[in-house]
Amino acid sequence: MKILLVDDSRTIRNIQKNVLAQLGYADVMEASDGVEALKQIAEVRPDLTLVDWNMPNMDGITLVRKIRETDKAMPLIMVTTEAEKRRVIEAIQAGVNNYVVKPFTAETLGEKINATLAKLSAAPA
Amino acid sequence: MDVRYINPFIASVRNVFKTMLATEVNVSKPVIKAQGEASADVSSVIGLSGDATGCVVLSFPMHTAVAVASKFAGIAMTATHEDFSDALGELANMVAGHAKASLEGLNLNISLPTVVVGREHLVSQSKLAPRLALPCDSTLGRFCVEVVMVAATKKKEVAGMPATVGAGA
Repeated sequence: MKILLVDDSRTIRNIQKNVLAQLGYADVMEASDGVEALKQIAEVRPDLTLVDWNMPNMDGITLVRKIRETDKAMPLIMVTTEAEKRRVIEAIQAGVNNYVVKPFTAETLGEKINATLAKLSAAPA
Repeated sequence: MDVRYINPFIASVRNVFKTMLATEVNVSKPVIKAQGEASADVSSVIGLSGDATGCVVLSFPMHTAVAVASKFAGIAMTATHEDFSDALGELANMVAGHAKASLEGLNLNISLPTVVVGREHLVSQSKLAPRLALPCDSTLGRFCVEVVMVAATKKKEVAGMPATVGAGA
């Protein structure tokens, strides 16, 4: 299971990596903005991507739309401070599979990751 | 003082510190910060735009900033550590982002964080609105959340928002 973390804060990426390690996921890629993420995805397609919203160069909602232009299946979770209902709806319409609002606990993030992966693995191919 | 625009920031800083740092924050009565009054040693600044413009500043004495950044990142660090500003910027991002979601009737956008480090520096502020300071105390040390908000345009009705927030409405 290869997981891509896209967030301009290395502190947040490290926190996410610790949560993933507790869940047994150690194969982690990192990108600090949408542009860098697209380059990495073009080289190695991750099995799950966590995306921040507010980032320099290319924000998360733009990244999600660009990913969905060519890849409808990649599990995407938005992890962001953007908590308004309209933002959640916008992200879901853009194609995210789940949504985590910062601040988050390790338990919340872990539950959302497990729920997203379980739901997609149960869906018919 | 219109609590509709202040209480979200009080609730937000408490929530962010409790969730991410396992630290309770006691917030004292808000005060108006005087023009030209210096900030502490580290300021983490988030700009606001949209229906209102302004900024949210987390202002720390150095020892508090080091303790907060270290707890958040999970590693002991000093102000010269490469993740020091990153950690404090992300905390300000969370405080501003969580608060704006509770500011009913306001469509706001937040900027990427900027972190300023320097002994008793001055964060310049608009003369259009006072800076409201929320004194905070925690086991990691004292710090302050400062908020400036100004209605973006007088032409637009913004759910009864005053021309300035923190002006004693």
